[in-house]
Amino acid sequence: MKQFISDNHLVWIFILPSAILLAFFALPFLALFERSIDPDFFQYALSEQALKALRLSLSTSTITTIITILFGTPFAYMLARWQFRLKSWLELMIDLPIVLPPSVAGLSLLIAFGRKGLFGSALGAVGISLPFTTTAVVLAQAFVAAPLFVRSARIGFAEIDRQLEEAAQVEGANTWQLFYEVMFPLASRALLSGAILTWTRALGEFGATILFAGNLEGVTQTMPMAIYLGFESKLGIALALSVMLVVVSALLLAFTRKLERNDEHKD
Amino acid sequence: MKRILSLVLLLALFLVGCAPAATPTAAPTEPPATEAPTTVPTDTAVPPTATSEPATLNVFAAASLTDAFTEIGKNFEAAHPAVTVTFNFAGSQALRTQIEEGAPADVFASASGKEMDTLVTGTLVADGTSKVFLNNKLVVILPADNPAALEKLEDLAKPGIKIVLAAEEVPVGNYARQSLDLMNGSFGTDFKDKVLANVVSNEDNVKQVVSKVQLGEADAGIVYTSDAVAAPDLKTIEIPTELNIIAKYPIASLVKSENADLAKSFIDYVLSAEGQAVLAKWGFAPPQ
Repeated sequence: MKQFISDNHLVWIFILPSAILLAFFALPFLALFERSIDPDFFQYALSEQALKALRLSLSTSTITTIITILFGTPFAYMLARWQFRLKSWLELMIDLPIVLPPSVAGLSLLIAFGRKGLFGSALGAVGISLPFTTTAVVLAQAFVAAPLFVRSARIGFAEIDRQLEEAAQVEGANTWQLFYEVMFPLASRALLSGAILTWTRALGEFGATILFAGNLEGVTQTMPMAIYLGFESKLGIALALSVMLVVVSALLLAFTRKLERNDEHKD
Repeated sequence: MKRILSLVLLLALFLVGCAPAATPTAAPTEPPATEAPTTVPTDTAVPPTATSEPATLNVFAAASLTDAFTEIGKNFEAAHPAVTVTFNFAGSQALRTQIEEGAPADVFASASGKEMDTLVTGTLVADGTSKVFLNNKLVVILPADNPAALEKLEDLAKPGIKIVLAAEEVPVGNYARQSLDLMNGSFGTDFKDKVLANVVSNEDNVKQVVSKVQLGEADAGIVYTSDAVAAPDLKTIEIPTELNIIAKYPIASLVKSENADLAKSFIDYVLSAEGQAVLAKWGFAPPQ
């Protein structure tokens, strides 16, 4: 009984800080919804500019995520299961964009792949000009968001029991079979949560995009960009767009979480 | 226990991380005292303020004023050793929104009367106190090597060239579109549409337009003549007076300023012969 009472007091050590942290996140959202209540809300939210930005954001972040999975999964697998020289340097490099400010990413992309960039003239020779294009939006998103997937996938692959790998090799599985039939299914949850992180991060990308891709309605103006410019012209538009982004992000997150849970049940 | 500790640490980290964001004028300025003896102007137009209490003056100024006001700020600090001037340079429309949302500004120098009028309407600036302190006009800028081989204004309508403007919400972006309207009269009624079809990005402030052209990413941009002066490596195409738009920059102190006297002496300095000389050096014209 005594034990129970003292435990009862101890729970506040958990509840109180959690409540403060939760309030810290909840209050700004509350304020956002409160301020956005406006007779013109739907006029703002359904304006052509808002819908174009929403469409562009959803399509670019989805493409970014697909590209990231295609290129990131093999790389994460190599980092997790192979031993080779300079591996720790590669790991450092792929983690670097996570901690760098996106503006550094945008500037680096611009001076590398811009028209006058280090590799820009080579691209120009084959008729490719990246800045101010939708492709540039995807590249900017991938630069800042792909490392999240690689990191998550690498940890997922690394956690798989080595004995399973050895057993598969004894059974005569080649590198591809080992990856596709054993390692990939076992790491699927880590891959999925990595993909969610990359997707949501790409959806919110702003700093690298504005530097590398610029701002043009329907071409490079994603939701965060439209919110930033709306903030300066008409706050109502910025608020309506922000609410839309919060709702869309929450729905996407809930949807992918559900997929993740279904996946757990299958195991 | 360890977990709680890390949670508390995380919260603390968040709060600390947010602190600088709350003050828009976070850019550190050097202590003025050290440079005071060397740069005190001999015929200073501003008498040093009676009070020598250390004070910080927050000046919100249009991005096009970046170079000129930085120099004016240094001169002002030299004349007022106890004062630190901190600047927040951005598009006038962004500054106006920040002030409306309660940012601690003492002085607002706008690139357009519209943004100032909005603050007067919102009673953030006292009616009748704002003064036009300079005129500015537009010019077309090109990268040094002029990759699209543009020679005259009409070339802006050449299909396929890359033009960068400031967004329509930004004063200079609005002036540029007005100027294009005027050009319709000279170069054909679809001139503006053709030029706008070449626009690859609507930038957030005028300095972003300059950067994109300087980096050679865009073939042309429309900015203020003062921006072209500040970036001498760029080529320019002049816009004749009858097709140009004259931007009148107003300056005023904010009603909520806690340094009203200081704000007034800063504005007086900007309007003085000495302040105007600095502005002229950076390519601005005196108000008419």
